[in-house]
Amino acid sequence: MKIRIGLGSCGIAAGALKVKESVEAEIQKRGLDIEVKDTGCIGMCHAEPLLDVIDDQERVFTYGYVTPEVVLKIFDEHITGQSPVEQYLLAAPEKDYCFMAGQKRVALRNCGVINPENLQDYIEHEGYQALKRVVTEMTPEEVISEIKESGLRGRGGAGFPTWFKWDAARKTPGDIKYIICNADEGDPGAFMDRSLLEGDPHSVLEGMAIAGYAVGAKEGFIYCRAEYPLAIKRAEMAIKQAEERGILGKNIFGSGFDFEISIKQGAGAFVCGEETALIASLEGERGMPRLKPPFPAQSGYWGKPTNINNVETYANVPWILANGGKAFSAMGTEKSPGTKVFALAGKIKRGGLVEVPMGLSLREVIFNIGGGIKGDKQFKAVQLGGPSGGCIPEELLDTPVDYDSINQTGAIMGSGGMVVMDETTCMVDVARFFLEFTQSESCGKCVQCRIGTKRMLEILERICNGEGQEGDTELLQEIALKVKEGSLCGLGQSAPNPVLTTIRYFRDEYEAHIKDKKCPAKQCKSLITFRIDPEKCRGCGTCASKCPAKCITGEKKKPHVINQELCLKCGSCFEACPSKYQAVTVE
Amino acid sequence: MSCTCQCNKQQENDIKKDASSWQSLQELLEQYRGKKGSLVAILQGVQAIYGYLPQQVMDYIASTMKIKPAKIYGVATFYTQFRLQPVGKYHILLCQGTACHVNGSERILTAICEELNIKPNETTSDRLFTLDCVACLGCCSLAPVMMINEQAYGPLTPDKALKIIRDLAASEQQACEGGK
Ligand SMILES: Cc1cc2nc3c(=O)[nH]c(=O)nc-3n(C[C@H](O)[C@H](O)[C@H](O)COP(=O)(O)O)c2cc1C
Ligand code: SF4
Ligand code: SF4
Ligand code: SF4
Ligand code: FES
Repeated sequence: MKIRIGLGSCGIAAGALKVKESVEAEIQKRGLDIEVKDTGCIGMCHAEPLLDVIDDQERVFTYGYVTPEVVLKIFDEHITGQSPVEQYLLAAPEKDYCFMAGQKRVALRNCGVINPENLQDYIEHEGYQALKRVVTEMTPEEVISEIKESGLRGRGGAGFPTWFKWDAARKTPGDIKYIICNADEGDPGAFMDRSLLEGDPHSVLEGMAIAGYAVGAKEGFIYCRAEYPLAIKRAEMAIKQAEERGILGKNIFGSGFDFEISIKQGAGAFVCGEETALIASLEGERGMPRLKPPFPAQSGYWGKPTNINNVETYANVPWILANGGKAFSAMGTEKSPGTKVFALAGKIKRGGLVEVPMGLSLREVIFNIGGGIKGDKQFKAVQLGGPSGGCIPEELLDTPVDYDSINQTGAIMGSGGMVVMDETTCMVDVARFFLEFTQSESCGKCVQCRIGTKRMLEILERICNGEGQEGDTELLQEIALKVKEGSLCGLGQSAPNPVLTTIRYFRDEYEAHIKDKKCPAKQCKSLITFRIDPEKCRGCGTCASKCPAKCITGEKKKPHVINQELCLKCGSCFEACPSKYQAVTVE
Repeated sequence: MSCTCQCNKQQENDIKKDASSWQSLQELLEQYRGKKGSLVAILQGVQAIYGYLPQQVMDYIASTMKIKPAKIYGVATFYTQFRLQPVGKYHILLCQGTACHVNGSERILTAICEELNIKPNETTSDRLFTLDCVACLGCCSLAPVMMINEQAYGPLTPDKALKIIRDLAASEQQACEGGK
């Protein structure tokens, strides 16, 4: 019997380390012979901490929302008593968890299954088999043609065919070439790459080494954002273990092929996710994009041919070489083969990491896998592609998730962030939020991007503040066009997307802000007022104790009042007022 | 070009006062001396030693590593990770990413600012807490999230966030009194 505990960042934040402690204590106390195994994020982040009980027939029982008390129960009833604790059981041999139904795990094949800190475990799950075959039996051309056959497209956002980049880097003459893994994951609402590096770092290393062989590179870098300390630690550990085993380094599998990998930490700039900026940053400079061509495949790191791919792209590579390009292209759609990992977050019931075949509809992902909206509120929009993407409304929920269909909606597939929004999310505020982000992250090289985003942000702030003017939406659209036209890199070119899609699909919300000075979602602070209904208020004082501004006063058992001048419009009182009274109103 | 005012010497003496940091700094610079393109890594190293980028250290690096001070300053100000001011003992990274934003991270921000009486990017006067807003800590399914010295907390409510901070402050208080 084994117990497996999910120790990704999300699990740890939810208290998985305490769970592990109590599991170990119980085993010791009861003198049991049970192996405890760490693993990465299995994707059910909403139910963290997660714990698997694996019995002697290798049957897996997954428990969610585990606390030290639940651990006790599991030991008493399941491990000693042989009957699973139904209350916390998410999945079991005869009980499928709907979150996993419809998923197909390729890039995430090992996440939540193996111990990411144990190379042996990866090897036992067919790890490094593909690399071995590649370097001992295949030519670089054969590798590239297998990738071509698979139809794999870059998972970092733009969806560029991977084989094409590899081929270009291969064909550029030069002795020294480089492989870069883009783990900058700048989209504020996405965590696929973090989970992959935390949960299965070796598959990324293996993919990079295969790319190195195909391209003719001996050195690779992982550029990882510094906000991911655990991912960096696990990747470093994996590199060290692979080197010690002789799987990375000189003369890999006796083939004569050398490949080394090191990690460079990003320093917190979204624009450094753009490939030319990333390279500038690796060279120790300010991370500013430059004009392409030349593409990195022609002239990249220190002017040498460089292949740069996203984490998830590399994680798919060993699977493709092990199972064949055909098996990969058999999944998904014709133009977007394979699977895609999404980070499902926002106002969703079951958030987490999901991997689905391309072509599944947004509705299936959000409602079948994600379980719909938190608190059974009304769905409003789903945001794809982060600051470069857009908001897709309810009427387009049947759009299949593939690169081309998503592009048609005005959003982009992006790297896989999928943030769900409900009736309480203000779409003008969302547009303002993203513009604030891109405006502050613009590197400042292009006038249109630097100043255009600033002007757009000012207009959006004005609208949210109730100072919107007739013609503001048209003005936004006009500037948006100029920013798109006059920007050098993807940041500026796509910065207007969140604004344009929200105007396109939620124009009525803009009008309500501008004409009626009302925020339909009741989010924009300048446009709402919190009041206490004296008829309903019982003077219980709960709201006053929760108010951060201490601006609610009143005698016990008498109606309370809010001092509007001091009110921060935080909404705490609204939430605090017991549901049997519902005395706080917002309008 | 050499200057005669001895300012370099003075500067070096100032940094040397903290001997163990000086030692680490020397080791760091040795590691990267002569390696092109290491500026970002050097500054990350300096920040790991001092907790921020002291002006004098940047100037010292400029003179000993033969890098223009303007270039160092340019890189240091380009990246949000680099700080030109010291951080408090507890570094609060409050997520303002998309998932946290739609789940009400702004209310957490308001509550923390009121509690500590500081704005984002500032440090409390007792140097205990520094508050920074960041975009996505990668724990979006626990939104809203904050990270304090590499430990993530979520999902937060204003109350929960304040409790975590008050607990930390209280443990400091205790440690302090115990010390006396
Ligand atoms: C502003 C900006 C930010 C980007 N951020 C990322 C990122 O965080 N991760 C990533 O893999 N690609 C990012 N990209 C895309 C990269 O430039 C590049 O296309 C990608 O890493 C190529 O890998 P792929 O072909 O495997 O997708 C970004 C692009 C732009 C314009
Ligand atoms: S578009 Fe914006 S981020 Fe990109 S290079 Fe120009 S100014 Fe910099
Ligand atoms: S909205 Fe916030 S600040 Fe205003 S009265 Fe309610 S709790 Fe106090
Ligand atoms: S919580 Fe509600 S009932 Fe209680 S004092 Fe406040 S407004 Fe009145
Ligand atoms: S948006 Fe806050 S952790 Fe991702």
